[in-house]
Amino acid sequence: MSDTHSQSVAFVRTEDVPPAPPPANATGPVKWIKDNLFATPANSVLTVIALLVIYMVLSGTLPWVFNGIWDSPSLAVCREMLNGESGACFAVLTERWNQLLFGFKYPSDLYWRPALAFALLFVAAAPVLFFDLPRKILIFTGLYPFIAYYLIWGGSIFTPLLALAGFVAGGYVYQRFVKGSFAVGFFGAIAAAVLVWTIGGFIIPSSEITEGAMQSVQSRDLGGFMLNMMLGVTCVSLSLPIGIALALGRQSSMPIIKYICVVFIEFIRGVPLITLLFVASVMLSYFFPPEATVDLFLRVVIMITIFSAAYIAEVVRGGLAALPKGQYEAADSLGLDYTQAMRLIILPQALKISIPGIVNVSVGLFKDTTLVSVISMFDMVGMIRGPILASTEWNGVYWELFAFAALLFFIVCYGISQYSQWLERRLATDHK
Amino acid sequence: MTILTDPPKESFRLSMLLNDTRYRSLTFQVIAAIALAFSILYLANNLARNLADQGLSISFAFLGAPAGYDINQRLIEYTSQSTNLRAAFVGILNTLLVAFLACVTATIFGVLAGVLRLSKNWLVAKIMAFYVEIFRNIPVLIWIIIIFTIMTAVLPGPRAFRGDDATASMFLGVSAFTNRGIYIPGPYFTRGFGAAELGAVWDWVLVLGLLVASFFGARAVNARATRIQEATGIRPATLTTNLAIWFGPLIVVALALGLTFEIPELKGFNFKGGIKVGGPLIAIWFALSIYTGAFIAENVRAGILAVSKGQTEAAAALGIRPGRIMSLVILPQALRVIIPPLISNYLNITKNSSLAILVGYADVTATLGGITLNQTGRAIECVLLLMLFYLVISLLISGIINIYNNSVKLKER
Amino acid sequence: MADTAQMQVSDEVAITIQNMNKWYGTFHVLRNIDLTVNRGERIVVCGPSGSGKSTLIRCINALEEHQQGSIEVDGTLLSSDLKNIDKIRSEVGMCFQHFNLFPHLSILDNLTLAPIWVRKTPKKEAEEVAMHYLEKVKIPDQANKFPGQLSGGQQQRVAIARSLCMKPRIMLFDEPTSALDPEMIKEVLDTMIELAEEGMTMICVTHEMGFARQVANRVIFMDAGQIVEQNEPEEFFNNPKSERTQLFLSQILGH
Repeated sequence: MSDTHSQSVAFVRTEDVPPAPPPANATGPVKWIKDNLFATPANSVLTVIALLVIYMVLSGTLPWVFNGIWDSPSLAVCREMLNGESGACFAVLTERWNQLLFGFKYPSDLYWRPALAFALLFVAAAPVLFFDLPRKILIFTGLYPFIAYYLIWGGSIFTPLLALAGFVAGGYVYQRFVKGSFAVGFFGAIAAAVLVWTIGGFIIPSSEITEGAMQSVQSRDLGGFMLNMMLGVTCVSLSLPIGIALALGRQSSMPIIKYICVVFIEFIRGVPLITLLFVASVMLSYFFPPEATVDLFLRVVIMITIFSAAYIAEVVRGGLAALPKGQYEAADSLGLDYTQAMRLIILPQALKISIPGIVNVSVGLFKDTTLVSVISMFDMVGMIRGPILASTEWNGVYWELFAFAALLFFIVCYGISQYSQWLERRLATDHK
Repeated sequence: MTILTDPPKESFRLSMLLNDTRYRSLTFQVIAAIALAFSILYLANNLARNLADQGLSISFAFLGAPAGYDINQRLIEYTSQSTNLRAAFVGILNTLLVAFLACVTATIFGVLAGVLRLSKNWLVAKIMAFYVEIFRNIPVLIWIIIIFTIMTAVLPGPRAFRGDDATASMFLGVSAFTNRGIYIPGPYFTRGFGAAELGAVWDWVLVLGLLVASFFGARAVNARATRIQEATGIRPATLTTNLAIWFGPLIVVALALGLTFEIPELKGFNFKGGIKVGGPLIAIWFALSIYTGAFIAENVRAGILAVSKGQTEAAAALGIRPGRIMSLVILPQALRVIIPPLISNYLNITKNSSLAILVGYADVTATLGGITLNQTGRAIECVLLLMLFYLVISLLISGIINIYNNSVKLKER
Repeated sequence: MADTAQMQVSDEVAITIQNMNKWYGTFHVLRNIDLTVNRGERIVVCGPSGSGKSTLIRCINALEEHQQGSIEVDGTLLSSDLKNIDKIRSEVGMCFQHFNLFPHLSILDNLTLAPIWVRKTPKKEAEEVAMHYLEKVKIPDQANKFPGQLSGGQQQRVAIARSLCMKPRIMLFDEPTSALDPEMIKEVLDTMIELAEEGMTMICVTHEMGFARQVANRVIFMDAGQIVEQNEPEEFFNNPKSERTQLFLSQILGH
C-alpha cells in the first residue's frame, strides 16, 4: 500500500500490483497431504485405518494374482505346481475360455460366428451412441439384427432375408403414408409386413442346414457370456418402444387405456424378475396354442422384455412429466395432431431427459440376465456353477471363475455408466 | 345484443366417432377394451385347451396336502407332515426375516459409505467410491454366490475345532464360524418369568416394553428441553439424561433377572447351544446388504449434495454452529430427497431376496415356487400365488412412499 | 411513425364470440363474453391478473374448452369436431408469454415444422418462407442456431415468425413481453407494430399501454371474468367510464 496516500480519500491507481506466488506452505504436495489426509486428528486416524485396509487387501490378493498359473490341465496339477504357495489357477480360464464365452453346446468350429456378431455389434451400436459419426452407418444398425440372427443361429439365409423384407415393406408403407395420417401409416406398415411374411412363408423352404459353415444351431445350445449379451441387447432394444408406448398410455387422458397401462406396469414392477422367469420356464407355454412350440430362449426374451419395458415406461413417464406444459400448447396451437406432437416435439425432448434413467435400467437388466441360471439356462454364471465346477478337473476352483465373471460384468456395466455420464455432460452443454 | 345459446344440434354421423372430441376418446377406449378382452379370451382359450390336452385342471387343493419335505430354517413350527400352505408361510416368514435384516444392515452400510464418500479425507472418499462402483456394477447374483462360497468352502468345518491339534479356534472363545453356519452366544435370563432357557418369550416382552417406555421418556425429556428453550432461550443439556433413560432401566432389569449367555459348544460332530445363523441366511443377508448398500450410498450422497451450498452458507452467516447446521438445516432437507429412493431400495431388497433359492435358503420362492411346485407339478397355481405375495408387499411399500411424499408435499405449502 | 390506430378496419367479421361461459371446476372464469372482431382490427385486452383475459384468447384457438356459448372464427364454428379445431388452429397464430420454442430443433426447423407437417408444404418451399419471415423479424443470421442460444427478445421474435409461417389470418398474443428483460421489449413490440401496419387482425393480452395507444383500435378491460369496458384507446385512457377501469389505470400508470 505504499503508493496510496493514507491521508487522502481520492485515489487513482497508476501501477498494477504484480501477481505474487502464494507463500510456500499454501501449495505443494506436503500441503496437499496435510489438507486431504491429516487435516484433523480424527482424519489422521481414518487415513491410517484406510491404509491398513488397503494393505491387508493387497497383501492378500496381489501374491495370489501374480503367482497365478495360466497353463495346467486340472486343479490337481495346478496345486502341485504351486507347491503350497498362495496362487491362483487361472488355467481354468484359459482351458474353459470357450465354454465361458459360448456355453458348452455351441459347435466349437462355429465360434467365429458369434464372435463376428459380437464385433459387428460395436459397429452397429456406434452411431446410436455417438452422434458425431456419419449417419449412414445407421443403415448398418438397421441391418444388424438380421445379420446377427443369421450369424448366431445360422440355417437358411432366406429366413432373415424374409424378415428383413417384411420390415422394408412396412417401412416403405409407413414413409409413404405417415404425412397423411399416422394411423394409416402405422397400421398400413404392419399389414404390409404381415403380408410379405405370409406370402414369403409359403415360398421359402424352411429346411435346416445340418453341415457346413452356416449350419443351424438350436437356441438351447446357446450359452456362456454370449447368452448374457444376447439377452441384454435384445431385451433392452425390444423394451424401448414398448416402454415408450406404455408411458404414453399411462399419461393418456382416456381412463380405460390409462388403467390398462397402470395395472400392467405396477404388476410387472411389483414382482421379482425370478417369478417372471418361472412363468417363462413352467407357465408361459400353457398360454400358447397347443400346436405352437416356442423355445425357452424366446419365452425368456418375452418375459425379460416385458419386465424391462415396465421399468423403462416409468423412466420415460418421468421425462414426459418434466417437460413444460408450454411445449404441448405450442404444438397444439400450430395445429399439430396428437401423434405429430408426440413424435416431433414431445418424445424427442422427453427421451433426451430420460437417457440416464434408461441407461440405469439397461445396466440393471444386463446384470439381471444372470438370473436365467436359476431356470437352468447355461449363461456365464450357469456355466460356472454347472458344467465347470462340476467337472472333475476343476471342482473347487471358485475365486478365479467368479472373479473373472465379476470382472467381465464390471467392465461392461461400468463402461455403460461412464458413457451415460459423458452423454449427460454433453447433452447439458449442447444447444446452449 | 343477440341472444344465441348453444350451437344448433347436429345429427349424429358415423365419422363423428373419429373426428368429434366428444366421441373420439370413447371410440379409442372401446377399441382398446375390446382388444384387451380378445387377448385375454385368446390366452384363456389356449390355457383351457392345453390343460385339457394334458388332463390337468386348476385347483388349489394341493395347498392342504402334506408338503413332505423338511425345512431347516424356520421361524414357526413345521415338520414334513405339515401342509404345503404352512410350508409357504414358513417361506414367507423367512423372506420377511431376511428382507428385514438386509434392510437394516444395508441402510447402515449405505449411510456410512455415502457420508464417508463426501469425507474431506481423500483416501477414505476414494475407497468408498471404489466400493460403490464395484458393488453396483457386478450382479447381485454373483455376490450371493461368492459370499455363499466363503461360507461353505472357506470356513472350517466343526471338526476342525476338535482336539489338541485343532486348526480353527472360536472367535474370542464364544463364537464359532463354521461352514455349517455361525454360532453366537444366546442371551437368556436365569431368574426370568419363564424357564431359564433360550426362547423364553415373556422376558423379552418385558425388555421390549422397557425400550418403548425409554423411547417415550427420551421424547418427553427433549420436549421439556424445547419448552425451556422457548421460554428462556437457553436449551438445557439433555445428553446425560437421555443416556440414563435409555440404558439405566435396561441394566437394572438385566441384573435383576440374571442375564446370562449360552455359549455354543462343540458336542459330537457339531456345535450345540447358543444361536445358530445358517450359512445360506448369512450369504443372502450379507450379499443383499453390501449390494444394496452401494445404491443407498449413492442416494445418501445425492441427497446431501442436493441441499445447496447456499443453505450451509446462509445458516453459517446467521451464526449457527456447524453441528446444529447439520441437524437443523441440512438433514431435514436431505431426508426429503433420500427417503423415497431409500424405501424403493427396501422394495428391491425384498424382491431380490427371492434369489435366496440359489443358495438353498428356504424363502417363499424356494418353498412355494421351488420344492412345492416341483413336487406337486402345480406350476400355474404356485407361480400365481408367489406373484400375488410379492405384489402385496410391493403395493404396501409403494403406498408408504406415496403417504410420505404427500406428507412432505403438504409441508412445502 | 404513422399512427396505426387511424388505419381502416374492414366490415368483414373475423371472430364472433357469443354469450360464452367457462368454468374451472366450480370457479366461473369467463362470464357471458360477447365480442365481435372485424378483419384488420387490433385489439388490446388488459385487466388485473386472474381476470380471465388469457383464458379468453386461449379459448379462441381451443387450447381451453369453453362450456357454453359459441365461438366462430372465419366462419368456422368452434365445436367438438376435430376438423373444425384443426382448421381454426391453422388459421389462428399464437404467441406465448414464455415463447415455447422447441428447444431441440434449430430455429429454421422450428419455423418449418408446422408448414411441412400440417400444411404439407414441400420442405424447400417451407424453408424459403421461413427465411422470408426471419428476415422480417430481422434475425435471418440466427437460422441455424438453437433457441437456447438466443436472447429472450430474439426468441419471442422467432416465435412470432413461427406463427406467421403458417400464414395465419388472425394472431393472438398472450402477454408476449412480460417475460422479457426491459431492454428487449422494444424489439418485440416493433415487430408487432409492423405486423399491425400490414393489416393483420390481432388480439393482444398485454400491459404495454404505450403499445395500446399507438396500435390498438380498441382496448378491452376485463375484470372478474367479464368485459367491463371497451373503447377506442384515446377515449379509454383519457376518459374511462367504469370505476374499476379508473382504479386499474391509476395503478398501472401511476408510477
